[in-house]
Amino acid sequence: MTQALAKAISQSELTKLTLSQARDGLQKGEFTSVELTKDYIQAMEQTRELNGYILETPEVALGQAAISDKRIQEGKAGTLEGLPIAMKDLFCTRDIRTTACSNILDNFVPQYESTVSQNLANAGSVLLGKTNMDEFAMGSANITSAFGNVVNPWIGADGKPLTPGGSSGGSSAVVAAGSALAATGTDTGGSIRQPAAFTGVVGMKPTYGRCSRWGTVAFASSLDQAGPIARTVRDAAIMLEAMAGHDPKDSTSAMHEVPNFEAALTGDIRGLKVGIPKEYRMEGMDPEIESLWQQGANWLREAGAEIVDVTLPHTKYSLPAYYVLAPAECSSNLARYDGVRYGLRVPGNTLDEMYQNTRDQGFGDEVKRRILIGTYVLSAGYYDAYYLKAQRVRNLIAQDFKKVFESVDVLLTPTAPNAAFPLDEKPTDPLVMYLNDIFTVPANLAGLPGISVPAGLNQKGLPLGLQLVGLAFGENVVFRAAGVLEAAAQFQPLLAR
Amino acid sequence: MSQENFYMEGSTGLWEVVVGLEIHAQVTSEAKLFSGAATTFGAEPNTQVSLVDAAMPGMLPVINKHCVEQAVKTGIGLNAKINLRSVFDRKNYFYADLPQGYQISQFLDPIVGEGHLDVELADGRSKRIGITRLHLEQDAGKSIHDQHPEKSYIDLNRSGVALMEIVSEPDIRTAEEAAAYVKKVRAIVRCLGTCDGNMDQGSMRVDVNVSVRKPGEELGTRSETKNVNSVKFLSQTIEFEARRQIELIEDGGEVVQETRLFDSQRNITRPMRAKEFAHDYRYFPDPDLPPLVLEESWVDELRKNLPELPDEKKARFMKDFDLSAYDATVIVSEMENADYFETLLQHCKSQDPKMAKLASNWMTGELFGALNKDGLEITSSPISAENLAGLLNQIQDEVISGKIAKQVFGLMWETGKDAPTLIEEKGLKQVTDTSAIERVVDDIIAANPDMVEQYQSGKDKLFGFFVGQVMKEMQGKANPGVVNKILKGKLG
Repeated sequence: MTQALAKAISQSELTKLTLSQARDGLQKGEFTSVELTKDYIQAMEQTRELNGYILETPEVALGQAAISDKRIQEGKAGTLEGLPIAMKDLFCTRDIRTTACSNILDNFVPQYESTVSQNLANAGSVLLGKTNMDEFAMGSANITSAFGNVVNPWIGADGKPLTPGGSSGGSSAVVAAGSALAATGTDTGGSIRQPAAFTGVVGMKPTYGRCSRWGTVAFASSLDQAGPIARTVRDAAIMLEAMAGHDPKDSTSAMHEVPNFEAALTGDIRGLKVGIPKEYRMEGMDPEIESLWQQGANWLREAGAEIVDVTLPHTKYSLPAYYVLAPAECSSNLARYDGVRYGLRVPGNTLDEMYQNTRDQGFGDEVKRRILIGTYVLSAGYYDAYYLKAQRVRNLIAQDFKKVFESVDVLLTPTAPNAAFPLDEKPTDPLVMYLNDIFTVPANLAGLPGISVPAGLNQKGLPLGLQLVGLAFGENVVFRAAGVLEAAAQFQPLLAR
Repeated sequence: MSQENFYMEGSTGLWEVVVGLEIHAQVTSEAKLFSGAATTFGAEPNTQVSLVDAAMPGMLPVINKHCVEQAVKTGIGLNAKINLRSVFDRKNYFYADLPQGYQISQFLDPIVGEGHLDVELADGRSKRIGITRLHLEQDAGKSIHDQHPEKSYIDLNRSGVALMEIVSEPDIRTAEEAAAYVKKVRAIVRCLGTCDGNMDQGSMRVDVNVSVRKPGEELGTRSETKNVNSVKFLSQTIEFEARRQIELIEDGGEVVQETRLFDSQRNITRPMRAKEFAHDYRYFPDPDLPPLVLEESWVDELRKNLPELPDEKKARFMKDFDLSAYDATVIVSEMENADYFETLLQHCKSQDPKMAKLASNWMTGELFGALNKDGLEITSSPISAENLAGLLNQIQDEVISGKIAKQVFGLMWETGKDAPTLIEEKGLKQVTDTSAIERVVDDIIAANPDMVEQYQSGKDKLFGFFVGQVMKEMQGKANPGVVNKILKGKLG
C-alpha cells in the first residue's frame, strides 16, 4: 500500500462507519445520502490503484442518493436506503456494462437487471460501480480478470502487494479499503468467503436457493450463490435480507420466507452445539491458522456454546468432485458465448472458424482450462467415470453434513488454509491454487450457508478468517454464532488502523 | 392382432423391413417451453424471442406448466405410462441457431414411458405398434442461408418452442403400417388439442429409422432419415430406403449407420454431410431445472377429463349407430370428419342405425368424393353438416328419391343453398300422387303391348323396363315405391 492510498483510506469519517451505523445516521438526519455518497465517490477515486472497480457509476450513485434523501425525509426509506454499495460485475445491471471480467462479453450492456441487484435497488441502495473479479468467477486470487488483477488493501510486513482473494476480490478489496459500505459477491466454491478472509471483512454465502440466480452470469448453476461482503456480521445480515427472496424466474430459487437476519444477532449462543470437523485439520496446515481455529472454539465455548468433535468422512473428496462438477456445468453454461448474438465476435471463414477465433480470443486461460476439463468429463465414455461419480460423491458429502447436523447446530472451521499471498508468488500450478477452496467447497456441494468472520492476524500482520457453516436455511443460527465470534475476536479492520 | 409377416423380394430371397419412427410434434401452446414468448406460426423473424430464448447472460428456464399438461395428456392418449418424476437434460452442441449452445431435452428419464397404439390396415387387419417413450424438448431456431452470398441469417422465433418427441418401437414392417401409425398419432394429438398436426407447417415431422434383415435374423444396421414432413414422403422414404439397403447388401456392400435426408424432388434419400451429425452431445441433467415431479391426483384428473379419443369414438359409432368397422375408421381418422358426422347426424330426423348408415354413406361417398375432386378440406365444404342433414331428411321423408338427391347434392355444392329451397326452386319434389302415377302407368302399358305380353308370360325381369319408362316419363320424380306398387297391380 502506498502512502497515498493509506491516506485515502483514512480520510473520510463517514466512510469509516459500518453499514448499520451509516443507516442509523441517515435515519437520524446526521448526514445525507448525497454527502455519504460523495465521500464514497471520492474514496473510490482515491483507491483506484487497487483496481477494485472496473466501472465507476458516480452519476448513477448521486442520482440514487438524491432520491434516497427524499425518501428518507418522506419516511419511506427502504432497509438500505441511501447506502452506497458495490456490485460484482457478474450481476447484470440494466444499461450498465456487465462483462464478468471477460473479453468475450466485450462491451455487453444488459437490457435487464438481475434479481439480486434489483432487490438491492428496491431496498434503496446506491450503486457506486461494478467490481473486478476473476473471469467468470473462476479463480481464487482475482488474477484471471480481463481487467487485470486486484490489489489487497492490506499489506504484509514484507511490503509485497497481495492478492485480495477471488473470485470476488474486487468486492472484498473495496469493502476493506472503505470505498464501498458493502458489496455483492458470488460464491461457487468459496468466492465470497475466501476473499473476505483475505481482506479482513465478513463474507456470507447463503443457502443454495436463498438468492435468485436470475440475471447473474452463470458459472456452475448448481453451486453458484450470491451473497454479501460487508464490514460486520450485522452489515452482512442487513445486506442478505435485502438480496434474498423467492424468485419465480429461477426454478432453483427456494420458496422459504426470508427471516429478519439482523434480529437473529442476539449475542446469545448458550447451549448452541458447535461441531469441529476433524477432517479439516490437515497435514501441513499453517499452525497459526490451527491455533486461531482452536481460539475460535474457545471463544464460542466461553460464550456458552458446547464444542463437539465431529466427523465429515468424505471431506477429502470434496475438491476433486468440485473440480469435475463445476467445470462440467461451466463448459455448458459458457457455450452461449459464441460470437453470434452479443459480445465479442472475431470473424472466420466458416461458422466453426468464427467460433474458434471468438472463443480463443474471448476467454482467458483459466476459463479455457475449465471448459476443457468440463467438456472432457461429460464426454461419451468418461461421463460415468467422472461426472456421475462426482455426483455420487456430492451426495455422500451432503449426507455427511446431514448426519452431523443431527447432533450439532453449526460447524466451525478455518475459511482458507492460508492468508493472502503475494501476487508475485502466486501458484503457477493450478492445483495448488485450487487448494485455496478446500474448506469452502464442501458447503457449496451441500448447498449450505457459510460465513467467514475475520478473527485474527498472522505473524505477517495479515487477516485470517474463521468459517461457520449451518443447516440449509439456517442462516439465522450462523449469523448469531458469527456475531458472537466477531465480538469475541475484537478484530481491528483496516479502516480502524 | 396380426402376426402376419411382410417381406420384400430381393435377388437373394426375401427380406424383412424393420421401421421405427420418431415423431416430433410441436406442443400446442401460446408460450414456449421455458419462456413466456409467443409461438405464433409465420410471425416476422425474431419477433417472438424472449431474453431466455436468445440465451442472454444469466437467463434461466422456467417450465411452462401447460406444456407439461399437454405432454401428459398425449401420453395418456398413447396408452402410455406417465412418469411422475422426470428429468430435463442438456444436449450440448454448437450451432448458430442454438443460442444456449445446448438443447434442453429429456434423456434418461422422460415424462412419458412405454405405451402402444393399434392401427387399422386396409385389409382389415389391426396391428399393435409399441411406443418406447415421449419426451419434452425445446426446438432450435432457424438458419437461413439463401438471403445473402456470404452471410447466414438466424430467426429465433422457433427457439425454445415446445416439442414432444414420440419414439416408437421397431415394430413397423411396411410403409402402410408406418403411414397408419403416423395418421393415428396425428388423429390423437389433434383430438386432444396437444398438437395441431400440420405436417406442411412443420408442426409434425418424422425421423424414419429403417433397416432390413433376412427373416428370423438379428436386426440390421439402420439409417435414420430426418425431418420427413408428409405421410406420402414417409412411405416413399421407407420404400426407397428398404430397396436401397437390400440392393446394397446383395451387391456385397454394407449398410452404414448414418443420418439421411429425403429429397422430395427426386423421391430418394441421400446422406447428410458428416459434419451435420458428428456430435458427442454430452448429455447431463440441466442444473437450472429441478426434476419435474407430478402429483398422481393431477394426472388422474387429466385422465378423467380427457376428450373422447378416436378409438373410443370409433367403438361408440359402431355400437350406437351400427356403422361398419371400415366406415367408423374412415370417419374418426380425422377429428373434423368425426365432428362433421356427429353434427350431421344430430340434425337428421332420427339417429337410428338406418339413418346413421345413410349419413355415413353420403359422407364417405358423395361428400368425400366432391371434396377430393375440388381439393377441399371438410372444414371448408360448401355443404355444411346441417345442410347435408337437410338433404338426407328429404330422402327419409320421401320428398325426393335417392337418385334425385344426388342431383340436389350437386346443386347444393354449386350454389351453397339448402336442399328444401333447391327442391322447391327446381320442382324436384317427388310425386306420390297415386292418380298421377296411375295415369302414366296406364299410358305406358297401353303403348307397350308386346312387352306386357312377354312380362305376363314369365319374363319377370321386364318389370324394370316398366319402372324405367314411368320414371323417365315423370323425370325421375315419381316415388319409386308407389310406382312399383301400381305397376304390380296393373300388370298382374
